[in-house]
Amino acid sequence: MANAKAAGMTRREAYEAKQRRRSLIVAASSTIAVVAAIMILVPMAPGWEKVQRSFFNGDVLAQTFPKLLDAFLVNIMIFAWCAPAIAILGLLIALARDVKSPALFPLRIFGATFTDIFRGVPVILTVYLIGFGIPGLGLPRPWNSPYIWGSLALILTYSAYVAEIFRSGIDSVHHSQRSAALSLGMSERQVMRDVVLPQAVRNVVPSQMNMLIALQKDVSLLSFIGPVEIFRQAGVFKSLTANFTPYVGAAIIFLIVTIPATRYADHLMAKQRRDRS
Amino acid sequence: MSKMLSATAISLALMSTTAIAGGHCAAGKTLTDGTLTIATGNPAYYPWVMDDAPESGQGFEAAVAYAVAAEMGFAAENVTWVRSSFDEAIQPGVKNFDLNMQQYSITPERDLVVDFSDPYYTAPMAVLVGAGAVDTAPTLDALRELQWGAVGTTTAVPKLTAVIQPSNDPLLYGDNADVNAAMSANQIDAALFDLPTALFLSAVMIEGSKVLGQFAPDLTDNPDQFGMLMEEGSPLKACVDEALAALTASGELAAIEATWLQDTTGVPLIK
Repeated sequence: MANAKAAGMTRREAYEAKQRRRSLIVAASSTIAVVAAIMILVPMAPGWEKVQRSFFNGDVLAQTFPKLLDAFLVNIMIFAWCAPAIAILGLLIALARDVKSPALFPLRIFGATFTDIFRGVPVILTVYLIGFGIPGLGLPRPWNSPYIWGSLALILTYSAYVAEIFRSGIDSVHHSQRSAALSLGMSERQVMRDVVLPQAVRNVVPSQMNMLIALQKDVSLLSFIGPVEIFRQAGVFKSLTANFTPYVGAAIIFLIVTIPATRYADHLMAKQRRDRS
Repeated sequence: MSKMLSATAISLALMSTTAIAGGHCAAGKTLTDGTLTIATGNPAYYPWVMDDAPESGQGFEAAVAYAVAAEMGFAAENVTWVRSSFDEAIQPGVKNFDLNMQQYSITPERDLVVDFSDPYYTAPMAVLVGAGAVDTAPTLDALRELQWGAVGTTTAVPKLTAVIQPSNDPLLYGDNADVNAAMSANQIDAALFDLPTALFLSAVMIEGSKVLGQFAPDLTDNPDQFGMLMEEGSPLKACVDEALAALTASGELAAIEATWLQDTTGVPLIK
């Protein structure tokens, strides 16, 4: 049967098929060997049973997982209103850093200062400072809510990163295109809106996907200022059960969301490479 | 067979009793021979430890630690202090302390993972209210309507949901300092603490705040009892329990409590 099939191939195709089969077998057996080694050797460690009880405890996981899922809704909620705000503010900052008119030079300074500060300060400090600091000025409820000000901290920080990515996208559009568009009689504004930005944004979509994934995890930092999202809920369970398994449960939920997102970002990036080459 | 086992157990018990008489029931059972290593929080809070300096023996837990150590045959200079977080205390594997004292409430779930000594203090839960809510009536109905906060790693969280059942979801924080910040920023009206901590926070840390009241022991189904935390299966447990029993019997534990936690009396009960 194999011969009959091979008869239909050129010698080169048959050789390549054989090579492919061979590398498949090697890859499979080396993967099995590594996984087997981990599965056999790790449980042989003297502390394994204790580690298993503390981190991979089925009972604790079953008990806490549904409530962790509930808490994850809070993450999704915060994410859902932060992400669009970050995209808009990030783009505005990127544009501010790109203005050419001398009269608008202060705008450029503002853009540069903004990115310098919010990229340079640890996110958690920004969350504390804005999340407790601004409400501390004496705002009435509900305007002092940690949801509002914590989200603002995330939006400011992530806008700084996103703006830099947009800027790199804008820079990646060759200058000759601007010149060409200007020579057609388009205004600076039209050039940016109709020529540069459509290409720039498309070029940076994969990098922005990575920012979305990072943001999705950093939403948990809001737990420091009160909201009971998944990380805090897991922490509560951890201290009640004196067991780290709830954190593993939270990690599983994060992975369910981030792995497809990461794969999708990879796919976009690969596609972009193919399109360019 | 079982007779033989119990005979061994009795003789072992006898041996340890004689050892205590000699003041060395902990001999060979501590991390460093001849030294008792005790962990406390980082930072350690008043009135449990004064000025974050447990070496001074000032503060309730620091004083109890030295009293227990003395009972176990350790002179004050043979007690060393280390700092630990809650997570370090419950992680599987080797611990860097013999005893860990930082208001650990004894719960059956925790007891599966680590060992606790017999309780050295029974802490009523108390309600701390911020400046905007000091006029709230000390009744469960009135408390239910407040915006609540608590430290997420404490047993205050299940108490809050079980006893008070607030109408709004409580906000939870990492430590006392963050609850303090949230209350100062008027993001929460009230927070649940053990009584001595609540008294300290209202007196020293949070301007305009007040301890509204404490819960009667029967309202909180089992009052919080603080125990010293040890590694699961620690050989020191029997020794520590005996020391605590001796301190209780002699009245010394009550005397230490009276010295450091005296203002906990006179706080009204919540109905």
